[in-house]
Amino acid sequence: MAWYAGRRLLQMIPVFLGATLLIYAMVFLLPGDPIAALGGERGLPPAVAEQLRAQYHLDQPFLVQYGIYLRNLLTGDFGMSFSRRPVADLLAAAFPTTVKLAAMTLVIESVAGIGVGLWAGIRKGGIFDSTFLVISLVLIAVPIFVIGFAGQVLFGVKLGWVPATVGSNVSFRTLILPAIVLASASFAYILRLTRTTVAENRTADHVRTATAKGLSTGRVMRVHVLRNSLIPVVTFIGTDVGALLGGAVVTEGIFNIPGVGNLLYSAITRHEAPTIVSVTTFLVIVYLISNLIVDLLYAVLDPRIRYA
Amino acid sequence: MKNRRIAGLTAALAVGALALSACSSNGSGSGDETTPAAEGGSTGIVTAWGGEPQNPLIPTNTNETSGGKILDLIFAGLVYYDAKGAPHNEVADSITSDDNTVWTIKLKDGQKFSDGTPVHAENFVKAWNFGATTHPDVPQQLSNYFFNIFEGYDETTVCADDACTEFAEPKATEMSGLKIVDDLTFTATLTSPQSDFPLRLGYSAYYPLPDSAFDDMDAFGENPVGNGPYVLDEWTHNIEAKLSPNPEYQGDRKAQNGGVDIKFYTELEPAYNDLLSGQLDVLDTVPDSAFGTFESDLGDRAINQPAAIFQSFTIPARLPHFGDDEEGHLRRQAISMAIDREQITDVIFQGTRTPASDFTSPVIDGWSDSIPGSEVLKFDPDKAKELWAQADAISPWDGTFAIAYNADGGHQGWVEAVTNSIKNTLGIDAEGKSYPDFATFRTDVTNRTITTAFRTGWQADYPSLYNFLGPIYGTGAGSNDGDYSSPIVDKLLEEGLRADSVDAANAKFQEAQEQLFKDLPAIPLWYSNATGGYSEAVSNVEFGWNSVPLHYLITKQG
Repeated sequence: MAWYAGRRLLQMIPVFLGATLLIYAMVFLLPGDPIAALGGERGLPPAVAEQLRAQYHLDQPFLVQYGIYLRNLLTGDFGMSFSRRPVADLLAAAFPTTVKLAAMTLVIESVAGIGVGLWAGIRKGGIFDSTFLVISLVLIAVPIFVIGFAGQVLFGVKLGWVPATVGSNVSFRTLILPAIVLASASFAYILRLTRTTVAENRTADHVRTATAKGLSTGRVMRVHVLRNSLIPVVTFIGTDVGALLGGAVVTEGIFNIPGVGNLLYSAITRHEAPTIVSVTTFLVIVYLISNLIVDLLYAVLDPRIRYA
Repeated sequence: MKNRRIAGLTAALAVGALALSACSSNGSGSGDETTPAAEGGSTGIVTAWGGEPQNPLIPTNTNETSGGKILDLIFAGLVYYDAKGAPHNEVADSITSDDNTVWTIKLKDGQKFSDGTPVHAENFVKAWNFGATTHPDVPQQLSNYFFNIFEGYDETTVCADDACTEFAEPKATEMSGLKIVDDLTFTATLTSPQSDFPLRLGYSAYYPLPDSAFDDMDAFGENPVGNGPYVLDEWTHNIEAKLSPNPEYQGDRKAQNGGVDIKFYTELEPAYNDLLSGQLDVLDTVPDSAFGTFESDLGDRAINQPAAIFQSFTIPARLPHFGDDEEGHLRRQAISMAIDREQITDVIFQGTRTPASDFTSPVIDGWSDSIPGSEVLKFDPDKAKELWAQADAISPWDGTFAIAYNADGGHQGWVEAVTNSIKNTLGIDAEGKSYPDFATFRTDVTNRTITTAFRTGWQADYPSLYNFLGPIYGTGAGSNDGDYSSPIVDKLLEEGLRADSVDAANAKFQEAQEQLFKDLPAIPLWYSNATGGYSEAVSNVEFGWNSVPLHYLITKQG
């Protein structure tokens, strides 16, 4: 297990290098001059623009720029934003908010998704099952910004149950609506995954045997049906963790949440390479680690899986 | 959703980058209990819309509206502008000159920065010298060019080559044009007469700096100490800035509330929803999506009035058929008359733009809607066809007339409407040419590699007619993206700057506009309106000449 984890961690190095190079190249290839945009319609005097370009090494060839970036990164320097603030500080300020939102979202989508999915799987074809199949279909089909705006206008503006946006006030009360919105699509996927696998497993041989042995229905459901059904669900949740920590750009925008998504979004509009690449690289790492944890979880859920 | 985000944000960015207008805007206050409001004032803390400043809060290094909004509340300049754009002395006691070139500036006695140090002539002179001085390796001052009017600027900002693509070591760190007479008096010598010099001085680049700023400018940019109506208590990056009233402040802009909280938004829709749900007190930009509804949503709490923002599209004279000759002038006039501005502002912008009647803005003192020649801005299809035919007789038209725009700024709608109007009236091919974003668009404009007409806009830095004309249509001027050059316009602008009164100057500037209407280097389209609103919790909300609310006047019960 330790050996397996170690090998997976080592594999992250080439992935990390490849990801930074790719992202850096993409930002580099973006058309237009970020420094020109800094001056607005009025434009910057050429000498001023030149000075700024030199400051951010934008006057260097691509590989040199990337080399400088990588060298700084190894010394723990994530670079400076155009507003002359260290990217590490920006990230440190934004990440906790995103983690809070992601945690709330995960809890909502897992509890609701597995719970409803389990019930629907047991009563497959019933009215409860059919109703939630339709609801999940709607949640998957409707884009998240529609759900977000509708929720904001209805609960934030018209009914006034929760604040319409988050801003400086990051708390359970302000994050609950964005978390529900963010959880809606994943909830639908988890529900459907759980329902299908539960329904399948319920007719499996080992479940019939367990029932025949005289085990209580609760124990059969918990130990023999649910545990086996959770493997695809955990895989899905694992990838979702990465996506959620990556900052839900759309949702954070709608609810004005000062998280990673908003940070990344405003950096992209400014072509701010150090911020974009550092934030994205950080997210790649988070993604890799969350995937690793999911893989290790398989062994816990299914004793037949052994890592060596 | 994605597009909407981009549109909203870039629109704000584009306008912000245009220029920042001297304005008073929201600050945020948090010193609720400790800071008594002015007599007749209130104690509530006003929450106001804003954005994360793009640069450290150093007056000479701030060229965008988010930072400008905060600076204007925590600093006081020599003059401030009232809601109509008229200047009033703030720190200055008098600003006088016999020849519009050598100006004597006297300060009021007893004024202090919020750290208790006095505001002396030296604080202005040092701050201006700081802004005017560049080094090849020191982060430059984005508002450096505001000091190019002073004598000695060419010693503090030295170019390494003729085109000034790089700075060289400055020959001096102090401009010879600034001289301190005594603690409360200094003189400023300009390189040429500027009748509107006092009008400029409310702009943020000309704010004074306390002595402590020069010890560590980077630290100062994070925690600025000013002499304005508010003090910056706390700046939480990307989230908010909290301002409370400055007890040391003695000027006319005394805070009438217990403070201002500027909340930062990256998008307009959430801000609008916050306004509707009472979480935000003042919003000075309504999102496009609410243009049709905001006046019914907010009733008499909605604000919709012309702003000091002029929109146009520029046709560079180097385009074939549009040269500075008879054919070019005829075609420009024809195109201008082929645009139904009334209809486009009504339909596309739902009344949030006002059709242009000159090259400036109605909020500027001296504006007129009846300058001779301004008839070319009236929609007149028959005349347009006639003029176009006359031009065709000189040299037949071929090709397509295109207007370039940045797709991330919400411009597509009106560009299509304008090109359709031209196409249908003149019977020629006309279309929009889209650039993916503002940065790409500006690159082509700046490098002069753009091969079509392109959208242009201008937001004034200070409320002066000249500010709408000189920087854009003067030969070789910084924002003369179309490379327009007219000896007549240059001469009239020059005479205006030498005039001995503002009225005399304005007469010259209007005469220059008459020539602009003949040459049409840019086709005026409309003035942007300031659209905004406020919550039920606040009253006395008034927008300044630059479309930023006068936050210090707002009252809110605590």
